[in-house]
Amino acid sequence: MTAPRGRGTGTPWDGGRGHPGTAVEGGHAPVVGDSTAGPLVRPYTMTKGRTRPGTDGGRLDLITLVVTVADREDRAREPEHEAILRLCRKPVSVAEVSARLDVPLTVVRVLLSDLLVEGDLRTRAAAPVTKLPEKKVLQAVLDGIRRL
Amino acid sequence: MASADSDTQPTEAIPHAVKIIVAGGFGAGKTTLVSSVSEIAPLSTEELMTEASYGVDDLGGIEDKTTTTVALDFGRITISDDIVLYLFGTPGQDRFWFMWEELAEGALGSVILADTRRLDTCFHAVDFFERRNLPFVVAVNRFEGATAYSEEEVREALDVSASVPVVMADARERMSSKEVLVELVSHVLRSRQAALSG
Repeated sequence: MTAPRGRGTGTPWDGGRGHPGTAVEGGHAPVVGDSTAGPLVRPYTMTKGRTRPGTDGGRLDLITLVVTVADREDRAREPEHEAILRLCRKPVSVAEVSARLDVPLTVVRVLLSDLLVEGDLRTRAAAPVTKLPEKKVLQAVLDGIRRL
Repeated sequence: MASADSDTQPTEAIPHAVKIIVAGGFGAGKTTLVSSVSEIAPLSTEELMTEASYGVDDLGGIEDKTTTTVALDFGRITISDDIVLYLFGTPGQDRFWFMWEELAEGALGSVILADTRRLDTCFHAVDFFERRNLPFVVAVNRFEGATAYSEEEVREALDVSASVPVVMADARERMSSKEVLVELVSHVLRSRQAALSG
């Protein structure tokens, strides 16, 4: 493994629940039901029972990048929302928010959607899923990998 | 970690995110490959589903349904100020095929890691990417004690078209994994070119 660039974010979730989001090959026998390492709170409690994101959630792909709006309104928010806003000071993907906060994707999408609706987060306008990546993007990716 | 610096950039541009899928059977070395090139220690995210959503016996009321989690491992490579590449490993179990759809959406392409001791474990992946027309390369991960097969033998066993690159690799080695990714993206570019001129 090389220079852990970008690892500085740590886990912003105070107290850290459950297992850390670090992956181990073969270590993910899917957990069904009563995991001993499962969260203490049922996941959907955080979303007040909602399992689907609001209208903005439709564009939250795994790699949609979200970033906290710097001049957001100063008001009281749920701790989960605050944790996301702290994590996303720099653009972070939906999958990364889920992994770093140890909150399932489905739940994270609902929480992110709340923040988007409130104007606390913003996202890059998504390219249509069917659209192929542009050639110049592919070329830049190729050059970037070659530099590794 | 609270600092003022990041809050002083009101309209920081959000980079373009792209992804590559690393597929293959359980234990083929997907996470090993991801971690050898990723700039962060691979992360794991979980998708929740209720049992009902994939057709396991219904045991009663919604509120009693247990949820199953599917783990997705991924890594990241910052390509430039405006492009970030994510590498996602596929879930190893066949019953999580539905997750592949979401993973494949918008992906640049895929690396199928083949373990020559269990080549059949990547047949599904080959079928899947062929059907979706998503460009892929086959990387034969070298395992100690595995019989060394030639590229041609692997190509034949997997029945992939001549245009699909089949390369030998060692997923533990950064340089080797990098070469696999270079091979894939070059292949994606060639496929694009062919599609435009054809």
